Amino acid sequence: MADATGILVFGDAPDGQLASTAQELLAAGRSLADALNQELAVAVIGSDVADAPQQAIAHGADKAYAVTSPALADYHPDLYLSAMQTVAAEANPGIILIARNNEGRELAPRLAFRLGVGLAQDCLEVSADAGTGRLLANRPVYGGSAIAVVSCTQTPQIAAIRPKTYEPMDADAGRTGQVVAFPVDIDAGAAKTRVVDVVKEEAEGIKLEDARIVVSGGRGLGGPEPFSQLEELAGLLGGAVGASRAAVDSGWVPANYQVGLTGKTITPDLYITVAISGASQHMAGCSGSKAIVAINKDADANIFKEARYGVVGDWEKVIPALTETVRELTQS
Amino acid sequence: MPVNICVLAKQVVDPEMPAAAFRIDPDARQVVPPANIPPVVNGFDENAVEAALQIKDEQGANITVISSGTTFALDVMKKPLSMGADELVLLQDDAFANSVDSFFTVQLLTAAINKLGGFDLIICGRQASDWDNAQVPLGVAETLGMACITLGKKVDVQDSKVVVERLAPDGFEVVEADMPALVTVSNELGQPRYPTLRGIMAATRKRPTVWTTGDLDIDDARLEPRLTLHDLFVPERDQDCEIIEGDDDIDAARRLALRLREDRLI
Repeated sequence: MADATGILVFGDAPDGQLASTAQELLAAGRSLADALNQELAVAVIGSDVADAPQQAIAHGADKAYAVTSPALADYHPDLYLSAMQTVAAEANPGIILIARNNEGRELAPRLAFRLGVGLAQDCLEVSADAGTGRLLANRPVYGGSAIAVVSCTQTPQIAAIRPKTYEPMDADAGRTGQVVAFPVDIDAGAAKTRVVDVVKEEAEGIKLEDARIVVSGGRGLGGPEPFSQLEELAGLLGGAVGASRAAVDSGWVPANYQVGLTGKTITPDLYITVAISGASQHMAGCSGSKAIVAINKDADANIFKEARYGVVGDWEKVIPALTETVRELTQS
Repeated sequence: MPVNICVLAKQVVDPEMPAAAFRIDPDARQVVPPANIPPVVNGFDENAVEAALQIKDEQGANITVISSGTTFALDVMKKPLSMGADELVLLQDDAFANSVDSFFTVQLLTAAINKLGGFDLIICGRQASDWDNAQVPLGVAETLGMACITLGKKVDVQDSKVVVERLAPDGFEVVEADMPALVTVSNELGQPRYPTLRGIMAATRKRPTVWTTGDLDIDDARLEPRLTLHDLFVPERDQDCEIIEGDDDIDAARRLALRLREDRLI
């Protein structure tokens, strides 16, 4: 499109609060907007977005579209896409940023294909090329074994940003911007799929994504029973338990324990890995951890290249002793 | 009526290869396939074949597997046939070297699907383990205007609709759509079955249909690249691991706890 300019970020606001992933996108978008000297707009989508647009301005946006329709009360990819397409046509941006969260995994590629443009998928970093002003995106490929630098040839240029790779800016209530009420006419009957049931399998205790300390187990545990020991250790530390894909595929723990490329992305302060080899697909979900501990009997395991602290040893001996010492330390 | 199913499958370098065998050619901006490690069918695509076979077991289906690439190891790509799929269509063209660009791949695949007369159900792996783009299935659904359900862990066909258990961060949801529809599946679907001896024999006799870009009806404008690859590199790891040693594993574990306490991590 001619004269397409500015950056448009899509943000969601469950319960009227701007999601943390949207705040992260605004941080990424702000740095692009400043580098290009362009406007940063946000589109907040829902049936009632409350003051989330104002929150988005406090988090860095120059302009906030409140994209509303009664049909947008619950997330539905077909209906959200329709709203996104409408606001993209109105805003006519040069760059669109979308979070690669559970919804963005389907929305970003579908929007790109609908607009006939390319998508830089799962980006860790986006920047503006100093010469051309085009978007440059760093994205992991081959399960994180390599990084590809890609750019889009068409406009709008779309990038999906991996959650928790950008730090949100502190909210500044003094920032000013324009809130644009943008009601959209969405036909709920256009949805091609129907959700007929929702089944919760929530793990007890603190959520894996929110935990400050996570203890994860892998293939080397050999079965489901050892996870009760990890639960005990995590419990003492006020943390949560995760797992590698190998442990999930073996049926030892439910799928929502999985940390990694196709599981959850976590950024705890402390990540204790037990009998996990540290394949790049696993590291893709935890490399933002502040400190990683590796407990593995194979001194050559890749996890020792990623960890700050390591114990080369048998988890069956290490975990009980670690748990006991932690108990003494935390209860003294 | 048997369900007419298409599975999209990709040949990839074995993601289980040792990390030391992973090499890139920085000038060509490509991964160098390891010499002694054969390629494999993308793992999630094997899950897709399994999902299709479960429907075939249940109520009968004709399963066509479509793959696109520059070259194929035929014995590898025949694995879905030996598992029980019926037909194999290979879209082979040097143009596929630009595998970073999902848009291009989708043009080829959708043209082939149209040439084959369309399908009731298209099942795909959630992403390929090489470029991890997770775009092609969604692009195929958009381009063909099909209903699209992602991240399935169970796929059932009931009369004219497909019913999918779809992974959610805190459990799963049951989503349905009228066919034609496209579904992506994840490893939570379960282990794909092993080929049987009979399946392997049958697959040996089957000849794949091979088409190049020229065999497909595609508007030239849609073949222009949408993405450019500027660089491909192996990230450096700068973490120095402090190995905590002790008299034995128990002593090392105690020292680890004390070290974490000292650094105020616990």
